[in-house]
Amino acid sequence: MAEGGYKIDAPDQTERAPRRWGLKAAVLGVLLFLNVPVLIVFLYAFTTDDQAFTFPPPGLTGKWFEIAWDNQDVRDAVWLSFKVGIVATVAALVLGSLAAAAVARTRFFGRETISLLLVLPLALPGIVTGIALRSSINVLGIDFTFWTIVAGHATFCIVVVYNNVLARLRRTSGSIIEASMDLGATGWQTFRYVLLPNIGTALLAGGMLAFALSFDEVIVTRFTAGGSQRTAPLWIFDSIVNRPRNRPVTNVVAMAVVVVMMIPIFVAQRLTSDASLLGSPPTDDDDD
Amino acid sequence: MGDVARAAVEFIGVSRRFGSVRAVDAVDLEIVDGEFFSMLGPSGSGKTTCLRLIGGFERPSAGQILLYGADVSRIAPYDRDVNTVFQDYALFPHMTVLDNVGYGLKVRRVARAERTQRVDEALALVRLESFGARKPSQLSGGQRQRVALARALVNRPKVLLLDEPLGALDLKLRQEMQVELKRIQREVGITFIFVTHDQEEALTMSDRIAVFNAGRVEQVGAPADVYEHPSSEFVAGFVGISNVVNADAALSVVGSPEPFTVRPEKIVLRRYEGVTPPEVSQNDCSADGVVRDVVYLGAQTRYLVEADAGFDLVVVQQNQTVTGAGPTTIGRGCRVRAVWPSDANRDMTIKGDS
Repeated sequence: MAEGGYKIDAPDQTERAPRRWGLKAAVLGVLLFLNVPVLIVFLYAFTTDDQAFTFPPPGLTGKWFEIAWDNQDVRDAVWLSFKVGIVATVAALVLGSLAAAAVARTRFFGRETISLLLVLPLALPGIVTGIALRSSINVLGIDFTFWTIVAGHATFCIVVVYNNVLARLRRTSGSIIEASMDLGATGWQTFRYVLLPNIGTALLAGGMLAFALSFDEVIVTRFTAGGSQRTAPLWIFDSIVNRPRNRPVTNVVAMAVVVVMMIPIFVAQRLTSDASLLGSPPTDDDDD
Repeated sequence: MGDVARAAVEFIGVSRRFGSVRAVDAVDLEIVDGEFFSMLGPSGSGKTTCLRLIGGFERPSAGQILLYGADVSRIAPYDRDVNTVFQDYALFPHMTVLDNVGYGLKVRRVARAERTQRVDEALALVRLESFGARKPSQLSGGQRQRVALARALVNRPKVLLLDEPLGALDLKLRQEMQVELKRIQREVGITFIFVTHDQEEALTMSDRIAVFNAGRVEQVGAPADVYEHPSSEFVAGFVGISNVVNADAALSVVGSPEPFTVRPEKIVLRRYEGVTPPEVSQNDCSADGVVRDVVYLGAQTRYLVEADAGFDLVVVQQNQTVTGAGPTTIGRGCRVRAVWPSDANRDMTIKGDS
């Protein structure tokens, strides 16, 4: 901005100062509202009181971690969530980026419709997706297993990968692929040296988000899991409803879920914001 | 062109259709080894598609494309001995200038030592020796353009294709790069095929120009040929400005109803002094009229003259003397006689009357 513009702005800013304090307070309030309950869960993972939420906690102990760790149900549930997350993410990475490449790079009849249908599962209420999947799986006569959970999770995991990769492809000049071929690179070399470095962080970010989404999913999982299949979120849900005595253990598992999810989300965020350092022109819009 | 000259690229009845659109329509063309050849035309005239056909990004729907006598119509881009400078440069954003320029050598598995040496040479050729470590985002438009050029030339292609490479640059830089491109072409001595919609650019840089219109080649020739002897009304109008004198007007000017065109700079304006018309020699054409508009362009002044015979003439005069608002100045509303040598008239035999 020109220097003159700055001078005109300056008195304006001091006038706005009170309102900006109001804004800051509001932002702080919202952030506290969103995050303090999570901290409460963390706090009560350490309480000595095994039933009620008395405040402050009568005492602090680490024994619930030991109990949770020794609980085979908990271990199975977390391990199942982990497996489902990984498989659903891998499936989403392959299918989502292929779909993004098709939509970004070619023109065909129904392209916009396909784009909309791909994104729809993220917008649809989970309960609808869940009911729809359950009835379809029933109609097809397929047993509810690990793989039905993966399929259910893949529906929304694909969307985040697709969106991330599509946004990156759209701001990547299409002619760099032609330039690579022009300079003598084969299809594989073009993929390895040009395409992958340009969409790599988008793939990683999309994959991380997909894993995080899958890891804490309850509703769709509820409808697509077999009778013996219980992911970590399902286990937490059941415990709160059916076993109030286990509350601190539930809190421990909840804390574990949060920690496991935080890592990929944090990494994904770093990756998408670092993307500008990769040399894309500064005039372009940022990822979603 | 002489028969002894070797053809670098030949188009034999080449067509490229997209659905029902004929982007390139039965084009025959011969581009000679070592020349600077421009494909000039408005957007959608098929010039870029022709370039992409040579590069291998498009396949012809019909016809053959020969590269030094060999049919390359079905050969993939990476197996062709041509390189392209893209309109948006298409530099790899994640690589440094050195890696960008060395890319073609790397994927062709040229040994590292030779690679380094050739990359340095290419960067020296475009005068960017000290920019090797930068990323494309840290370069100006003109520098990116030079990197794109170096990246293509480092592979020593037989033919270099340039797709409106100067389009994104500002006027001053564009004129600099025009000179620079000519110098580089003379230095490396390879065939340059240059696509542009800028007629001035094509005229100043080319050995020969092909003028494209609606998927066809209207005319091929040296810049002076194309400018002075346009073979159609389209060429006359697209390459420079032409006054089109239609049949009725022609009857009053030259006495026969054949329409013709005449370039604005061939016409001289003479003021009526009182009622005596300025004299006109035997070999000149003339038309009387009134000046309707005067546009001062610095080096030239452009006049719009409405002729009594019912047509408009654009006239461009060099501003050779220091002019002010004197009695000899031709201003708006002046009665003038427009005079030009009759051999400046070009009849429009190909595209009929307007």
